Amino acid sequence: MSAVDGHPPDGAALNGDRPTGATVLVARDLTKHYKVRERGLRGSVGPKRVVHAAEDISLELRAGRVSAVVGESGSGKTTLAQMLAWLIRPTAGEILLDGQRVTRRSLRAYRHRVQIVFQDPFASLNPVHDVHYHLARPLRIHRRARGRAAVDEAVEALLARVRLEPTRQFVHKMPHELSGGQRQRVAIARALAAGPSVLLADEPVSMLDVSIRLGVLNLLGDLRDTESLAILYVTHDIASARYFADTVTVMYAGRLVESGPAVEVTDHPSHPYTQLLLSAAPDPERAAPAVIKGSGAAPSLVNPPAGCRFHPRCPFAMPVCRTQRPPDVPVGPGHVAACWLRHPDHARATVHPPAGDPPA
Amino acid sequence: MTAQPGLSARSPVLEIEGLCIEYGTGDGAVRAVIDVDLVLHRGEVVGLAGESGSGKSTLAYGATRLLRPPGTITGGSVVFHPDPKRPELTVDLLDAGITELRRLRWRELAIVLQSAMNALNPVLSVETQLTDTLAAHLPGSTHASRRERAADLLRLVGISPDRLRSYPHELSGGMKQRVMIAMALALEPQVVIMDEPTTALDVVTQREILQEVIELRDRLGFSVLFITHDLSLLLELADTIAVMYAGRLMEIAPARRLFAAPRHPYTAGLLASFPSLHGERRVMTGIPGSPPDLRNPPPGCPFHPRCGFAEPQCRQAMPPLAPPPGPVGWGRLVACWLQDGRADRPDEIARPEPPARPAGPVPTGQGPVQP
Repeated sequence: MSAVDGHPPDGAALNGDRPTGATVLVARDLTKHYKVRERGLRGSVGPKRVVHAAEDISLELRAGRVSAVVGESGSGKTTLAQMLAWLIRPTAGEILLDGQRVTRRSLRAYRHRVQIVFQDPFASLNPVHDVHYHLARPLRIHRRARGRAAVDEAVEALLARVRLEPTRQFVHKMPHELSGGQRQRVAIARALAAGPSVLLADEPVSMLDVSIRLGVLNLLGDLRDTESLAILYVTHDIASARYFADTVTVMYAGRLVESGPAVEVTDHPSHPYTQLLLSAAPDPERAAPAVIKGSGAAPSLVNPPAGCRFHPRCPFAMPVCRTQRPPDVPVGPGHVAACWLRHPDHARATVHPPAGDPPA
Repeated sequence: MTAQPGLSARSPVLEIEGLCIEYGTGDGAVRAVIDVDLVLHRGEVVGLAGESGSGKSTLAYGATRLLRPPGTITGGSVVFHPDPKRPELTVDLLDAGITELRRLRWRELAIVLQSAMNALNPVLSVETQLTDTLAAHLPGSTHASRRERAADLLRLVGISPDRLRSYPHELSGGMKQRVMIAMALALEPQVVIMDEPTTALDVVTQREILQEVIELRDRLGFSVLFITHDLSLLLELADTIAVMYAGRLMEIAPARRLFAAPRHPYTAGLLASFPSLHGERRVMTGIPGSPPDLRNPPPGCPFHPRCGFAEPQCRQAMPPLAPPPGPVGWGRLVACWLQDGRADRPDEIARPEPPARPAGPVPTGQGPVQP
């Protein structure tokens, strides 16, 4: 990788003949509601309630691009990744792969193309099986290799792709013999074994030691560049999203609040929640003591606030924010914010925080 | 109790010297903390940074005598100075008997444990947990006074006192962590050890709690030993930062100096592992390899297998923790053979020191932009 945002010229893709930048996976208005029912001490059953885990999420993943989804715990970012991986069924909305609507019947073909890497490499590998088993199984299931010799060869090729070299040394290791970073590389290799064009990475480095996180992120970056993978990078760490992703989408309380080019969103945050998130992030280069722009905690998803879900914490909230859900307002090239402050009907000079430089 | 400038502000309150801790005994023993020297001054926030398995939590448990078997303290001293004007009260915690420890713990030396989520008793209300502590350590106190103090403590950490009747499951993660901090401060200790107190929290909550800790420190004047794996957090929070690796201290320096001019290749590598929130995006590499297995540590400097500048002597002997070349009296120490006064140090560990700043408490987060 010569530069973080340097992409190889179109056509360098190994992954089919899809040009870099082409849309591969589209999520359209994905919604997940969980019905819950509280149980009392004597088996009494409480009223039915609904957890609004994710609502109306639309997202595009493009070949050779990393799309980051940034949010805090409970924002719905993992729900989104799991819906895209078809591990949980959306309550509403649809997923399109290469323009085709995904259904249960096309599930095997879908898994072939869309794979997921989980957060915890200590839990996602089976402790009683070695590396070879973990990689050979998806190769056989997805018919990527047949016969012992071909499978062995393919396993070693996968290990080389995730830079676990010399590969012979790793093939027969058990998970407990590997460090966290090495395990996560095996998990990535397992996802690659199916030959996917989309990789969903749910907090792939948050369980790893700080000094080895960048190594794993850079590996994913290389895969994006050399194999034109479309990568969804789910994270709570906005600095790593800025470093590694091409586009950043910010989620709050189950909804998208802002999305755009990674550097644009982090340098000129438009939504007050993004501004709050950035103001609270650790930043050794901060010139003055941090001033957190907002207060309070994320709302309950059982009874989410009406209107904009951020309004109870928003320092700029207006009456309209309490009643009406804000539309996506374009604020720059490819940059949208779901905020009434940005809407021409409501933006007033006095309350309108200029992008990236809101009133203190 | 306030952090007064002058004598008491810089007098040591906790001096750890030559501390060695092992897990297990005999040939199979794992040396988790090796020969660590660390001084905590009055009113100071010392950050202890290290990756998992670096021995940072073991150090905290050892220094407070909370270490459980098979952990054993095999050497060193942990000297606590309760009062700078009364040196006769000075006590070595490693020699202290159980009665003496009981007298010092919580009242003088409190600890906020990792994952507050699990450190609170789920079947007792917040009030019971706070007043139990007070009853155990203030035997003469009345029920009403303890209740009042519990309410005060909650107010201190920004929680409304009507939450006293709440059970832990009724509180958010951030509130539980605040309750833990309130409990630690219940008896106005001089030293508070915080072991990854904000790791499980969201960034906004984390920031609120850190700001609260600093405000309380300024108001009450206690010292903090803040243990975390997140160096970027310490740079904004701590006055002094100590970096641990494989059980050893690799570098100690004032936060600003450590950020602007790291002297150990491991520190430089750690700093290069945190992507910036500003400026051009550039490729960063982190540190190659992974932390060593302490059951089978490499000979010499434990960092040499991952170090880009390792020399033959790094593979043979552990360098001493000594002042790097440069003006003395800057509170800097580093354990690296490359800092032996030679002229041709690699650029990464030879950046110029930031300009000196006027005397006074070090404000948080005013490091210059990294070159």
